[in-house]
Amino acid sequence: MKMSGAEILIESLKKEGVDTVFGMPGGVVLQIFDVLYNEKNLKFILTRHEQGAAHAADGYARAKGKPGVALVTSGPGATNTVTGIANAHMDSIPLIVITGQVATRMIGNDAFQEADIVGITRPCTKYNFLVKSVDELAKTIKEAFYIASTGRPGPVLIDLPKDISGARTDFEYPEKVSMRSYNPTYYGNKWQIKQAAQAILRAKRPVIYAGGGVILSNASGELKELAELNRIPVTLTLMGLGGFPGTHPLFLGMLGMHGTYAANMSVHDADLVIAIGSRFDDRVTGKVSEFAPKAKFIHIDIDPTNIRKNIHVDIPIVGDVRNVLVELNKELKTLEENRNQLIRERDPWYSQIKEWEKGHPLSYKKSNKVIKPQYVIEKIYELSGGDAIVASDVGQHQMWVAQFFKYDRPRTSITSGGLGTMGFGLPAAIGAQFACPDKLVFNVAGDGSFQMNVQELATIAVNKLPIKIVIINNGSLGMVRQWQELFFNQHYSGSIIKDMPDYVKLAEAYSIKGLRATNPSEVEGIIKEAINTDGPVLMDFIVDPGENVFPMVPAGAANSEMIFGESAKSVKDKTAAKKEKKNSVLPA
Amino acid sequence: MQHIISILVENKFGVLSRVAGLFSGRGFNIESISVGTTLDSSTSQITVVTMGDDRIIEQIIKHLNKLIDVIKVIDLSEKDYIVREAALIKIHTSRPEDRSEALRITEIFRARVVDSTPSTYTVEITGDENKIEAIINLLRPLGIKEIVRTGKIAIAREDMKQTAMQELKKVRA
Repeated sequence: MKMSGAEILIESLKKEGVDTVFGMPGGVVLQIFDVLYNEKNLKFILTRHEQGAAHAADGYARAKGKPGVALVTSGPGATNTVTGIANAHMDSIPLIVITGQVATRMIGNDAFQEADIVGITRPCTKYNFLVKSVDELAKTIKEAFYIASTGRPGPVLIDLPKDISGARTDFEYPEKVSMRSYNPTYYGNKWQIKQAAQAILRAKRPVIYAGGGVILSNASGELKELAELNRIPVTLTLMGLGGFPGTHPLFLGMLGMHGTYAANMSVHDADLVIAIGSRFDDRVTGKVSEFAPKAKFIHIDIDPTNIRKNIHVDIPIVGDVRNVLVELNKELKTLEENRNQLIRERDPWYSQIKEWEKGHPLSYKKSNKVIKPQYVIEKIYELSGGDAIVASDVGQHQMWVAQFFKYDRPRTSITSGGLGTMGFGLPAAIGAQFACPDKLVFNVAGDGSFQMNVQELATIAVNKLPIKIVIINNGSLGMVRQWQELFFNQHYSGSIIKDMPDYVKLAEAYSIKGLRATNPSEVEGIIKEAINTDGPVLMDFIVDPGENVFPMVPAGAANSEMIFGESAKSVKDKTAAKKEKKNSVLPA
Repeated sequence: MQHIISILVENKFGVLSRVAGLFSGRGFNIESISVGTTLDSSTSQITVVTMGDDRIIEQIIKHLNKLIDVIKVIDLSEKDYIVREAALIKIHTSRPEDRSEALRITEIFRARVVDSTPSTYTVEITGDENKIEAIINLLRPLGIKEIVRTGKIAIAREDMKQTAMQELKKVRA
C-alpha cells in the first residue's frame, strides 16, 4: 500500500510500540502533524519549548525503560533540542529525536529555518541520520530504535526533510536489523568471569561500586544477589541510585564528591573494587591517583571505551551488565565449598565500615526556626513511604535528594548525572508521569534551576499531571554559592538571585495549586496536602539560605580528604589565607 | 609514538566527519588523514596518522570501533606495512640552468615533471616521507612556488608464511 513519508513515520513509531511523543510543530513538519490529527493510538504531548520535549522524552525513557521520542521542526526547533540530546548522551538514555528539515533541494541554501542539525548533533548523539529518500525511511526508523536501545544506549536523531514526508512509497516495516558495522558485545568473556569470581572470594576488603549501567540493563536483581551471596557492601553513583535498595544493610550510600564518609573510606581502603556499569567519572573518583589506591579492579561494562579510560583495570569484562552478573553469580555458586569461612574472615572489614558509618553519618543541624532543605527531603521520603519517582534538577537540592531520599527501586531516581543540566527536572518529571501514570511523581528543584524550564508548568497544567513540584528556595544558585563560600573568599559573584517571582502566584497563574512554607512546622502539613491533592501542586519551601551540602570532597582532592560542616570553616580560613598570601606578593 | 591506523568504514556521507570529529572532540591528534573507496564500493578506507602513548592509542582504537559506521580498525604499527604519500611540487625554473637541474633531481628521485610553463615545472613524486622531504630539500634552492602533499596511505604487507601455508593447504586439498 502506498503511504506518505509522514504516514510511514507514524506507522513505524507505532510498530516500535511508541505510545507518547513529545514535541512542538512547525512549518516543515506540518504533514506529520496532519497525520497525527486523526491518530488515536499515539498521544502527542505539546510542550512549551523543544528543550522541554527532549527532557520529557528522556524522563519517559528513564522511568519506563524504553526509548522516549521527541518530534520537532527544523532550524530553531531542532537546535533547541541539543541540550536535551547531549544530556541523554552523557547518561546513556535511549532517545529518538525526529527533527523536520527543509526540502532536500533547499538543503545547504541557508533556507528559512534551516540548520545542519546532523552536523550539530554528531558529537552528542550515538548516531544520526539524514533521510534522503522516502524508500529508506522505514528502515532508518527501525535502525534508529535498534541503535538507541541496544549496546550502550543513547540518543539517535532522524532528520526528515519536508519533501520526504510528502513523498509516497510502498510501506513495509523491516522485521530485523542487520548492520555489519554495529555488533555490541553482550556476553562477557568466560575466562575473565572465572578470574573475577576467584578474586571476589579471595578479597578481604571488597566493595561493589555500581552505576547507571545496572539500571539500564535491568540488573538490580542480579546485583542484589551478588552482594548478598558474598556479603559485599555496595556503593552507588548518582546515576546508580535505586539500582540497589537504599535501605539495605549492605548499602553504604552514594560515593564521590558528596558521597557518604563510609562509602568513600570503604573504596579508599578496599582491596577489591568491583565496578559495575559505571565509568569512573571525576565526580566519583576525586583525585584519580588516590582513588582506591590499595585495590584490584574488576570492571564490568558494555562499552569497552569506558574500561581503562581513567583507571587501570585488572579484570576487565566487556558485556551487558545483567548477562555478566548472571554468569558471575553462577560461577560464584559453583565455588561454594568454603564461602562462609572466607566471608567470616572479612569480619574486621565489616566492623571497620560500621565504625565509619557511626562516626560520620549523613546529618545536618536541625532547627525549629528555619527550614532545613534536608528536612524537606526527609519528610518527602517519609510521607510518600519512599514509593515515588523523584525527578530532581541540578544543584544543591539534587545532592540532598541523593543523600536523603532512600531509593529502593530502579527507575525511580531521575536526574541529570553526566551533563548536570539545570532545568532538566520539571520536563523530566512530565515524561516520567506519562510513563508511569499511576505513580506519585515529585519534581524537586532549586529556585535557580526551576526557572530554566518554568514554561513547562503549562504542559503540566493542560495535561492535569498530578506532579508535586518542590522548590527548595534559598534565593541563590546554591551550589555555585557554596563553592564561592568555600573556595572563592565568599565572593558571591553572579550566584545570588534577586527579585524572584512569587512562585505560589506563578503556579496559580497556570491554574496549579501553590503552597508555601516558611517555618519548619508547616513542612509536613504542606507535603501531606500536596500528596492528597488530585492534580498538580507547587510547593515553595523558603529554606535556610546558608545551608551547604556536606560531606564534600573539594575538586581535585582525594576522596579520603572529605570536609564536613564543622570543618568547613577551616577550609574557608585556608582559602582566605592563601588569597592573602598571594595578594601580599603582588606589587603594590 | 606515531601510529598509522587503517579504518574500514561504510561508504556513507558524513563518515569522514564522524571519524575526524572523534579525534577533535576528544583532543586526539591527527597528523594526516586520507580516504578513498575500496574494491567494494560500499566501503571506504581511511588512513589516519596519529601520535600517542599506548593508553591513548588504545582509547582511539576503542572509540573508532564504537562508531556505528566503522567496520574494522587496524593499528598498522603493530604489523609490517608499506606506507606512501604523494606530492606535487611547483618550482621556479625561469633560467635554463635551473630547468636542467630540476630535471636531473627529478630523475634521481624517479619523480616526473607533469606540467611545464616558461617559468615553472610541476613535479610529481610518490614515496615515503623521507624521500619526499629529500626531494623538497634539493629543489628548494631553485625556489619552490607551491607544494601540495597527500596524507599517508598504508597497507599491511602480506604475511608470507601465512600465505604459503594457505597455498599449501589448497594444494593438499
